[in-house]
Amino acid sequence: MKILICISNVPDTTTKIKFTGDSTEFDVAGVQWIINPWDELALTRALELKEKTNGKIEKISVVSVGLKTAEPTLRKALAIGADEAFRIDCEAKDSNSVAAQIAEVAKDYDIIMCGIEASDYNGSAVGGMLSEFLNIPSVSSVSNLDIENNDILISREIDGGAEILTTKIPFVAIVQKGIAIEPRIPSMRGIMMARKKPLNVVSPIEVENLTEFVSFELPPSKAACKMIDAENVKELVDLLHNEAKVI
Amino acid sequence: MSILVYTENWDGKFKKLSFELVSYASEIAKKMNTSAIALSIGKVEESELQKLGNYGAEKIISVSDEKNKVLDNQAFSKIIAEVANKENSEIIVFAHNNSGKALAPRVSVKLHAGLVSGVIALPSDFDTFTVSKKAFTGKAIANVVIKSPKKVLTLSQNSFGLIETENNSIIENFEPELSDTDFTTELKEVNKITGKVILTDAEIVISGGRGMKSSENWAPIEELAELLGAATACSRPVSDENWRPHSEHVGQTGKIIAPNLYFALGISGAIQHLGGVSSSKYIVAINTDHEAPIFESADYGIVGDVHKLIPELISEIKELKETEN
Repeated sequence: MKILICISNVPDTTTKIKFTGDSTEFDVAGVQWIINPWDELALTRALELKEKTNGKIEKISVVSVGLKTAEPTLRKALAIGADEAFRIDCEAKDSNSVAAQIAEVAKDYDIIMCGIEASDYNGSAVGGMLSEFLNIPSVSSVSNLDIENNDILISREIDGGAEILTTKIPFVAIVQKGIAIEPRIPSMRGIMMARKKPLNVVSPIEVENLTEFVSFELPPSKAACKMIDAENVKELVDLLHNEAKVI
Repeated sequence: MSILVYTENWDGKFKKLSFELVSYASEIAKKMNTSAIALSIGKVEESELQKLGNYGAEKIISVSDEKNKVLDNQAFSKIIAEVANKENSEIIVFAHNNSGKALAPRVSVKLHAGLVSGVIALPSDFDTFTVSKKAFTGKAIANVVIKSPKKVLTLSQNSFGLIETENNSIIENFEPELSDTDFTTELKEVNKITGKVILTDAEIVISGGRGMKSSENWAPIEELAELLGAATACSRPVSDENWRPHSEHVGQTGKIIAPNLYFALGISGAIQHLGGVSSSKYIVAINTDHEAPIFESADYGIVGDVHKLIPELISEIKELKETEN
């Protein structure tokens, strides 16, 4: 069985967001790039499954759509434990075209894992689109994925609980918090080995972008916080009741 | 032409978010001089379906086959695309929730439609078709143009509101062309907690952070939540420490919520946490550190000890409720 993890190269979650070019482009100056947090959890879970199932999973690959600047993030995924990486050599501009690009690589895999969204453009789209391009099952909001004997067991979060589902390979799992507890950190040995692992550069296919991010704004700033004395909780309750009218 | 809106049901019932979606689709339909059609999949009584008409759906299409009890992404997206084609829908609207995120991308590929997810307002320009959405997890707003003739949108919860209109709806039953091979997932088991307010639906959310010190200190939070009919939530360190389940984690990598009122109790307000709660209408913060960043995002704040202040808050709210009755 082969597992593919789709990886987005995103700004570190503490990045201060700024724009350039008359607010048409995200300002990448000084930005630290990381593996999208959910993708990192997916990779962690894939590695756990590989260890647990004793040889059933022959290979774990990672794929990302991006320019050469995305390579350190793919190297980090190799250092964490992926066996092989693919970089599809074009800019990721639109979910539909990213999914179409990844489909070319993904068609050879049994389990494809994607994070529920990327923390930059919050698209929540590539995993679902990819499954449709490949015409295979998809399960979203996945908070656990297990392989027992030859059965795939998936836990899907629903409002107020979870469903346990099963499906057949190949399929796409769109994963969220809970799929793994803590993301794995590369070991020294992992970092050394990652240098020798294959990072394949794939030429992009021709595909049109259906959407375009044309401009950005910062959210309106909030009015100053009204501070209430700790000895006067009653005042807070009054304000919530009479001023905000929310209780 | 038409605007199609997929209205999910929960055990045969709709929620406020279903009506918000229909209101949104109907406003778009008005601006584009066309009609809004709601699509319901699964068993829903006619009296419940009719409620969608109160928010402007002119036609309500019901696919009530028993086979569609559990969400199957392949089968459901096939039905939605089939209806969209039959009704010549130019725009298809979903909720930006678990099922919307599961289905909208698949439907968009089937229809070769551009998708913008998590939109927060009506399109600002119908000629270029420009919509705004949150980006960088609440840290920015992006304006996105959809270039394809067909469009798919998912609407952020609590971003639009409800608009009631005169009900002129008709209900139509529809049998899609489905075979057994269209169903690719099989349900084994459902684990559901009943009686608790669902976090993403809640009007009020009571959330605890590291300042709560341990899982044993959660009783006052639960008491306050019950008193206000609120849901409970927590910050990331709390779920990482297993004081609370992961499903309660709100923030950039957890759940994104937009309640009317959010209580941040013993939460310092790291930028990742704020990303998940900044759409709340009002934020109340209680923290011992007066320099905690949460006070920059809060509307009301108290510098003080949560362990002492939550019980006081409970008794003050009880008093308020008594005087009201």
